[in-house]
Amino acid sequence: MDVPGLFSDLFFDYTLRTIALGSAILGIVSGALGSYAVLRKQSLLGDAMSHAALPGIALAFLLTGSKMPLVLIVGAAAAGWVATLFIMSIVNTTRVKYDTALGMVLSVFFGLGLVLLTIIQKRPDATQAGLDKFLFGQAAALLERDVVTMGILGVSAILITMLLWKEFKLLSFDPDFASTLGFPVRILDIILTTLIVIAIVLGLQTVGVVLMSAMIVAPAASARQWTDNLGIMIILSAFFGALAGISGALLSASVPRLPTGPTIVVSVSVIVIVSMLLAPRRGILWRWWRERRQRGRLRLEGILEDLYSLALEHNDPGHAHSLSVLRLMSAGKGGVEKSLEILSERGLVRAVRPGEWALTTAGLEEAEKTMSERSGMSDER
Amino acid sequence: MSGEQIEIQVIASIVAVACALPGVFLVLRRMAMMSDAISHAILLGIVLAFFLVGDISSPLLIIGAALSGVLTVSLVELVNKTGLVREDASIGLVFPLLFSIGVILISRYAYNIHIDIDAVLLGELAFAPFDRLFIYGRDLGPASIYVMGVILLLNLAFILVFYKELKVATFDTGLAAALGFTPGLIHYGLMGLVSVTAVGAFNAVGSILVVALMIAPPAAAYLLTDRLPRMIILSALIGVLSAVSGFWSAILLDANIAGSMASISGLIFLVVFLLAPERGLAAIARRRRRQKREFAGRVLVIHLLNHEGTPEESRESEVGHIEETLRWKEGFAKSVVGYSVKRGMVLTENGRLRLTEKGREFAGRSVVEEFIP
Repeated sequence: MDVPGLFSDLFFDYTLRTIALGSAILGIVSGALGSYAVLRKQSLLGDAMSHAALPGIALAFLLTGSKMPLVLIVGAAAAGWVATLFIMSIVNTTRVKYDTALGMVLSVFFGLGLVLLTIIQKRPDATQAGLDKFLFGQAAALLERDVVTMGILGVSAILITMLLWKEFKLLSFDPDFASTLGFPVRILDIILTTLIVIAIVLGLQTVGVVLMSAMIVAPAASARQWTDNLGIMIILSAFFGALAGISGALLSASVPRLPTGPTIVVSVSVIVIVSMLLAPRRGILWRWWRERRQRGRLRLEGILEDLYSLALEHNDPGHAHSLSVLRLMSAGKGGVEKSLEILSERGLVRAVRPGEWALTTAGLEEAEKTMSERSGMSDER
Repeated sequence: MSGEQIEIQVIASIVAVACALPGVFLVLRRMAMMSDAISHAILLGIVLAFFLVGDISSPLLIIGAALSGVLTVSLVELVNKTGLVREDASIGLVFPLLFSIGVILISRYAYNIHIDIDAVLLGELAFAPFDRLFIYGRDLGPASIYVMGVILLLNLAFILVFYKELKVATFDTGLAAALGFTPGLIHYGLMGLVSVTAVGAFNAVGSILVVALMIAPPAAAYLLTDRLPRMIILSALIGVLSAVSGFWSAILLDANIAGSMASISGLIFLVVFLLAPERGLAAIARRRRRQKREFAGRVLVIHLLNHEGTPEESRESEVGHIEETLRWKEGFAKSVVGYSVKRGMVLTENGRLRLTEKGREFAGRSVVEEFIP
């Protein structure tokens, strides 16, 4: 692939520029609003909303005969809302559980959408072409007017989140507290859900209804690994979303027969995997490395302690003890010899004779220090 | 009805029942979304198995797909175990990736073969009768009847053989573990079953509508009964009803069959949700209204008893005044008075209410029941 050429095309080629802009907007908006969905344990609600958008799109087209992005977006958003309403009322009034309501509404709405889509496809006028691109998305088909619509909606959604920053934060982390403070929690909930519906609907043309949910969950789940701060999380999540959106859309536009939605999902999944492995403090590799280091330190301290307690028995810090005794005292944990070598490199122990070890003066001090630190810690508790 | 139409309905019904059986346990175990994850992820299994075997009709494809279903479940659990994301998010992270890889592989390398993307989503029930099973040159009917029939029997056998284990593991995991039933084994057995069923149904109804057939009928049955055997049978019946009426509405509308099966199953749930005898919305509203009136009746007689024989009695027993003190709306007060008169608790005498002997006794008892803890 001609990478420099691709970059110059990014700015000067109409199609590529449109695609990149559209996917960037999609990534930013879904990343930012997805953060709230993930924090509020509504990750899979996005899945239901995006599937449910299909009958909305089809119905909007059937009723108006128009394929204007705004018309279809309104239809999709309305259907997404109805689906959410159904889920909530089923969960609130019956004993049917959340996951069941979610899965059922998702698949039934999608089925309804397929019925409407096949009805549309069999109509005599050939105007229906292109509605099925909503299944998996087709970035290459984005037009400038689509991107303008996306931009206006996306910017307004983000502006509203910024205006209601404090309220949404409270709603996400402690809704009960928010309601005791007198915030209109129900209305805020409705506004936030509507914004999430908008974020989903924006991506339908690019990513498609089947996979749009991943764009809500994945950037936010990645960003969550790197920070504990909501503001930073949202900015990071928007950045990850944009990165995945642009790279996926450009790849799919430049490689033949590479569907856009799945490509974007694969690139966002790569970001998730990298984040879960490498993120400082939370990442899997990071935790593994820290545990390893701690285990090593504990082992060294243990041997120092053993030597110290032996020295106390003999009233002579310089008294040498054989390796086998130390092995016995470390309760079969192994690695005694290697730990002794590390300790002697640090000048804390010395080999009096081969296989017999004693504390040095520095080692004695060190052992006393760790022992007192440890007992100090247990005193504090 | 042509022979083809009958065959499609038979296939659809078998698929529906085969889906509903494991679906009951998914709904009860709160794992409904797992069916969504599995039914998407098996696409990757089918594609990979196809690349290995090179034959789209090989039974190895079913095994490959079922394995990928179980793999999905364990991947979700693995992501879960890291503690880095919540459970719902880990489902939402795993299956879109697997599904995407499957779709990309199909459109990149298998675009000229039989599995096209539309079929993945829509299924091709209308074409099922064309793929027939021949043994020694004799036409034994559509192949999918046999494939789905075997899967249905497998599901039935699993549920019958492990009924007790499934029941205990579903309703009381702790007890199941204590009794030595290895809930993990039951769990993975069930997940394997869901995967196999999803693969079999995949051809007929597509990946997303499998979810509708697995979840909607058991969810409706869940609102109709408290007994597990009844719930299983009801789910199967609702499944068949969705299949047959879905087929006919598809014919009527000239639309996709699987889609209308899913829509009908949703419609059936909606009807049950509204009208179920005890748990439907209508029944709940009726019960609430009755309880409200009953309680108001008690409040009324207690109020009258309270003021009986006191100087304010004549004023406090005026209907208009009662409305005001008890803050009842006019219509509601009237209906409560009517209700209490009918039950013989009070009498009306020129606009005033008077307790009957029965009402007095009832009011006294109510004070004890309602207000003394």
